[in-house]
Amino acid sequence: MRKIIFVSLVIAVCWFAADCAHAAELNIPKDAVAGQPLTINGSGTLYLIGPGQVIKREFKSGSVEIKGEELRSAGRWIAAVHGDGNQSQVFWVKAGKPENLNFLARPSRVPVAKPNVISGVTFVFDKYQNMVVDPIPVNFNLSVGGSSNSKNVTSRDGIAWTNSNSAPKAGAAQFVASVGDTQVHRVVQQVASDPCNLRMHISGRTGNRIIVETDPIRDCSGNPVPDGTIVTFIQTDNTGKSTVDARIKKDTARAELPAADNGTITVAAGVVLGNELHVGGK
Amino acid sequence: MGRLLTIIFAVLTIGLIAVGTIHGSSTAPASTPEGAVQSMFDNVKGHNWTGAYSYVAPSSNVSQENFIRDLAGRNGSLRTYSQLDSANTRVLHESDSEATVRTELKYATAVGASYDTRDLKVVKDDGAWKVQWPAEKEVNVPPQVIPVNYLRWDIVWRGTSDDWGAQNVENPNCRILSMNAVERDGSLIIMGEVENEDTVPAFITVGAVLSNNSGQDIAEESSFDKISHVLLPKEVSPYRIDFPGIKKTDVKSVRMTHNWMLVPASADPVIGVLHQRIEKDQTGRTVLRGELFNESGTVVNIPHVLATFYDNSGKVIWVSDAYSDHALQPQTPQPFTVSLRDDLAANVHTYRVTVNHYSLNENL
Repeated sequence: MRKIIFVSLVIAVCWFAADCAHAAELNIPKDAVAGQPLTINGSGTLYLIGPGQVIKREFKSGSVEIKGEELRSAGRWIAAVHGDGNQSQVFWVKAGKPENLNFLARPSRVPVAKPNVISGVTFVFDKYQNMVVDPIPVNFNLSVGGSSNSKNVTSRDGIAWTNSNSAPKAGAAQFVASVGDTQVHRVVQQVASDPCNLRMHISGRTGNRIIVETDPIRDCSGNPVPDGTIVTFIQTDNTGKSTVDARIKKDTARAELPAADNGTITVAAGVVLGNELHVGGK
Repeated sequence: MGRLLTIIFAVLTIGLIAVGTIHGSSTAPASTPEGAVQSMFDNVKGHNWTGAYSYVAPSSNVSQENFIRDLAGRNGSLRTYSQLDSANTRVLHESDSEATVRTELKYATAVGASYDTRDLKVVKDDGAWKVQWPAEKEVNVPPQVIPVNYLRWDIVWRGTSDDWGAQNVENPNCRILSMNAVERDGSLIIMGEVENEDTVPAFITVGAVLSNNSGQDIAEESSFDKISHVLLPKEVSPYRIDFPGIKKTDVKSVRMTHNWMLVPASADPVIGVLHQRIEKDQTGRTVLRGELFNESGTVVNIPHVLATFYDNSGKVIWVSDAYSDHALQPQTPQPFTVSLRDDLAANVHTYRVTVNHYSLNENL
């Protein structure tokens, strides 16, 4: 009987000791997430030291609640308690749900109908700009002139990227990266290539000058060559050479040249030559 | 003795005052044709327009206001920003009543020296030589509306509030098409052409760095104003970079440097270059002449002509430029002259002329 009482007392003392020890131990949840509240059990003064942040709290009733807006940084944290006994513990805070995207779209201008010339790289972040390293589906959408090309890519280590062809149609393409409700827009200008079938004609005469004008200037895919592109008209006659570097305006270029008795007019845009006209003659 | 000294000093003082007071008048009648021209331009140098005009023969039929405008410039042209530096005269022909005086005028301008050679007719008028001033015909553009579809490029740059991933609009793609290094008159000259291959306007600068045989950089220069800095899409400009005092044998390699920047620009005005031809001027030098024709409705105050000369293989063998000291009125031809080296004239197979323009009311 005495032996039984002795064993029971030893067990009770050990239990009490274990319970006292357990009461002083830090208890940190393993699934801490940035932007979400966190409850930590312990006693004394709690210090939380994280990336760019330090939080100090007193345990009340054996626990402390850290508000979501206080726990902003994801990464490696250290919890230290100063009280009856000093102790510390390392824990990890994960990034919250994706709420911010950084989207790099290159280039800002690109010729039409070129393979793999447009690239988009997206970095996925939570509300507090912590990179979300968990795989996240990112949607890339490139649309111009009513046609669009969409692609889903799963991010890896917080980054998702894609390559795309430029569309055959010129215009300001909207390049959109989206995760859930979060969207980021970029503009990729898709521009026409060199002119194709450059042709001109005499469109009028004012006094001793003639007006030459091109037909609408388009590239080989039918896109209008951008306004402002230089088109050079050259007239050669017995008085010398006359040149006008005209600018395309509303798809055509036009120039005034001196009316010649017997002259030849040529037209060129960049490396592309157009037709030749003979004017005057006797 | 004391009285004598007083009288001597008094006479001396009066004599010195008289000598100091009496000097050649700036408007004294000219006794020679050359003297008339020199006196006239001396007064122009001193901005004594009334004095200068007193040497103009009445038969010139030019008002003093027009005479002043001829010499001081009009319409914000380069001449209005210049100062007559020197006038060298030489009598080409002289008789009792008239003479021809070749006058080489040198103006100091904001863009360097500007030269003007005139054969002035000088006539004897009432015993004094006077210059028959060839009045410039002032062009009056009739009131009219010139419709211009004003095309320009504006740029929305990346803002400070944009996130770091927001891309800026990219600089244009330009390309140096050719480069040719030659030695002329003790200078190494690098020239060629550059093209804006993009669909947006570009502000370009082209330079060169010379290295010697041991690989050290010995000189660095840029083309400064021997280039069109603003190139519209598909526009080609010549460039020329001068390295005075450097011999070609001292140079092992040339490293071209460039900078292409996207800039807001306007596609207007369009300036035609008409009736271009290579010929000799009155002094026997080879020049490229032609007419500039401003097809827009605004005045171009300072036109700058750039001429590129090619040999029969299409290689750029010379780049020359000239500022016109007359403003370009709308729809009005204005002659220009660009010099060409006499020793290269025979090798020139073809040429191309482009025009830079500077306008006072340009809002870009």
